[in-house]
Amino acid sequence: MSAARRLLILGGMGLALVGMIYGGWYAVYAEHQELDGVASALTASFMAAAERDAAVAESALELYRERKYDYDRHVDVHGHWIGLAMLLMVLGMGLDRMSFSEQVKTLLAVALVLGSFLFPLGVLLETLNHGAVPRALAVAGSALVIASLAGMTLGFARTQASK
Amino acid sequence: MNSSQNSTATEAVAPAHVEAFAPFSARRLLALGGIGLILVGMLVGDIFAVFVLHQNASKVSEGLSAAGHAAIAGDANAVALSFQSVGNFLENRGTKVDTHVHMIAFGYLALMLGILQPWVALRNSTRKKVAWLFLFGAWLLPVGVFLIHYVGLTYSPLEAIGWASIFADFGGVLVIVATAAWLFGIARHFRQAVHTPLEDVLLKDRSRPGRILLAGGLALVLLGFLHGAYYAAFDLYSHEALDYSLLSELNTAARAQNATAVDTALGGYGQLAGEKAVNIAAHAHAIDFGLLAMLLAFFQPYVRLGDSSRRKWAWVLLCGSLALPVSVLLELKLGLFAGGIADVGGLLVILALLAMWMGIVRYTGEIDAARRFTEGRRG
Repeated sequence: MSAARRLLILGGMGLALVGMIYGGWYAVYAEHQELDGVASALTASFMAAAERDAAVAESALELYRERKYDYDRHVDVHGHWIGLAMLLMVLGMGLDRMSFSEQVKTLLAVALVLGSFLFPLGVLLETLNHGAVPRALAVAGSALVIASLAGMTLGFARTQASK
Repeated sequence: MNSSQNSTATEAVAPAHVEAFAPFSARRLLALGGIGLILVGMLVGDIFAVFVLHQNASKVSEGLSAAGHAAIAGDANAVALSFQSVGNFLENRGTKVDTHVHMIAFGYLALMLGILQPWVALRNSTRKKVAWLFLFGAWLLPVGVFLIHYVGLTYSPLEAIGWASIFADFGGVLVIVATAAWLFGIARHFRQAVHTPLEDVLLKDRSRPGRILLAGGLALVLLGFLHGAYYAAFDLYSHEALDYSLLSELNTAARAQNATAVDTALGGYGQLAGEKAVNIAAHAHAIDFGLLAMLLAFFQPYVRLGDSSRRKWAWVLLCGSLALPVSVLLELKLGLFAGGIADVGGLLVILALLAMWMGIVRYTGEIDAARRFTEGRRG
């Protein structure tokens, strides 16, 4: 088995495990609490509105925004890690149908594995730090995924045309 | 080393093609079980889209409207009750979506693990047990998730998690254990000093239906990624900001007892929810269907249908896979007409998948027999 194929298949299996373990942890320890937090903040905000208490209404709504921001990203991380893991494995299995040299295949595989890990990691870090670094990590990761995927599509299309 | 030790060692490291695609072999279990999971997951998704999704969305909207108007009236208790009903509808919706998504994702994983079997250095009997364990967990999790809304906290020993959640989580643990077992088998394969050359019919296949599915599937995945990147770059953060500002407007209008402003903000909020939903659904479905097409490409040698039939079903699957996400994106502009086309797209994918599943059931072992015959002559 070539290094590129090994990297994609083992990387995909590892990433699927990371995604599932993260999803399992999230479902048991965080999801219910986070959803309850989102709902209770929104309810508190509108109950305060009914009592004409602007300060409490606004602070509760701000809390809702923060919790919703975290909740959306936590769910996205789980979905993207597992989805990308599957894509890595499928591409690993079909790699010998691409008409690139082993060196180019390895380069594309490294970029795809790296991007697939970093992109959701950047999204996850956005819940801890709202600064530019996590967002830059997510953008760089997704750019690596798209660029390597486009390269692989090209390699695959060339093989198709030559057959 | 004596002969029995030799035999055990050989069985322990034997590649999966020793057993190939025999009835109840790990690969066949994973292929049929995986496609079965995807089929049921898609049917659940179609039923959900037609009979639950829109009705549920309008109930959520009604609940939010009731909360806004209760706030105008200064009735805090009615606000709490309205949000409780919104929470119930959202939980109901969320568990249905999770059931649909997890069934399909586990189906994909089963198909992939089926293809990977030649690299798994485990005994055939262990492979079968792990395959059954995986499939059991893969069914238990979504069924448990589906029941969360109905079972609630009845007889639960925990404060926040009910029995349905506990069983769903247990199903997830089984899937993790099975996947880890296969990862162990693959790592064991790579640690072996001598690798048997892999002659796998699924990986060697270059048939036309397989090529159509691989090329079309990869194109769909790329389209889905590009759409997702566009959405993240241009719409995601503005949608999040708009979500907050509309709720803030709604809240302020309620405090000012301005019913017209409340209704305007509610209208905007509904529109925003629709925009977010169609973008996320189009992105997810394009990538999921692309992956499905790529996975099914590998199994084409075992689909016992004529070559023209296999080509036809490959195109049906790809057409449905493209029609669904494109129509979902157009739903906001074209309304129910686009929704109807999306449902037809989903139905086409289900029909193609069912045809391929039946083709695999019909497979009687001719490819494996021919390979064994060739190997026998060489031997």
